[in-house]
Amino acid sequence: MKPRKIPGGTRSAGKGEAKAAAPRFRLVAAPLDPAQLRDELLDARAGGFVSFEGRVRGRNEGRAVRSLEYEAYAALAEKEGARILAEARARHPIVSAAAVHRVGHLQIGDLAVWVGVTAEHRDAAFAACRYIIDELKARVPIWKKEHYAEGAPAWINHGAPAGSSGGRNLGEIRKSRRRQQSTR
Amino acid sequence: MKVVWVQYFALLREQARRAEERVETAAGTPAALYDELARRHGFTLPAERVKVAINDEFGAWQAPLADDARVAFIPPIAGG
Repeated sequence: MKPRKIPGGTRSAGKGEAKAAAPRFRLVAAPLDPAQLRDELLDARAGGFVSFEGRVRGRNEGRAVRSLEYEAYAALAEKEGARILAEARARHPIVSAAAVHRVGHLQIGDLAVWVGVTAEHRDAAFAACRYIIDELKARVPIWKKEHYAEGAPAWINHGAPAGSSGGRNLGEIRKSRRRQQSTR
Repeated sequence: MKVVWVQYFALLREQARRAEERVETAAGTPAALYDELARRHGFTLPAERVKVAINDEFGAWQAPLADDARVAFIPPIAGG
């Protein structure tokens, strides 16, 4: 998967209306630079900017995690990601929104997902940012495999594959099913 | 018999030992195709926990399966 240039993201477009606020979702195989991502989003209309950064943490459900592998179904992930950004723009009075998700093998502390929203006012920016990250986690076909300090690696959310102890209880599975149904 | 092109991800990819394959099948729906491939490859995920995409869009398990369709089986999502 190659990182792609954001359409309309050039700095030469000038401040203000010239830069189209098209929905933008990308999968990227190289490390993310939040400062650069923010700069690509800002323009003269943006009175507020809100971002969310999801990073690889060293523990999950009580186990020491060494690293994470992300895999994506690129063709569908890009469509669904673009739909979520469009929904955020339809629901909230924002100026622009973008989201970028890493794929590949990440280490503890690495930036895995970045969501940025600009708006004239902060309420819409916070609400849209929250909407995008929540929907992205529930709907965009991306998977992560955790590598632990001890024991075999496991795909997250996959329940209990043969020989693994990484099962989730039925309540959690039901909850995630309800959420999947409600968003489709 | 028809020919479909199947993509696998995450645990399904590992259990199938391939990311994609050409499948000749008599299955009439994606649900029947999943049952057939789950038996062949030993998938541990029940169909209730998997979604299906047809030609790179979310699809219905009980829709008719067309010849030459590109089918992707989507295990439980875990991005972010």
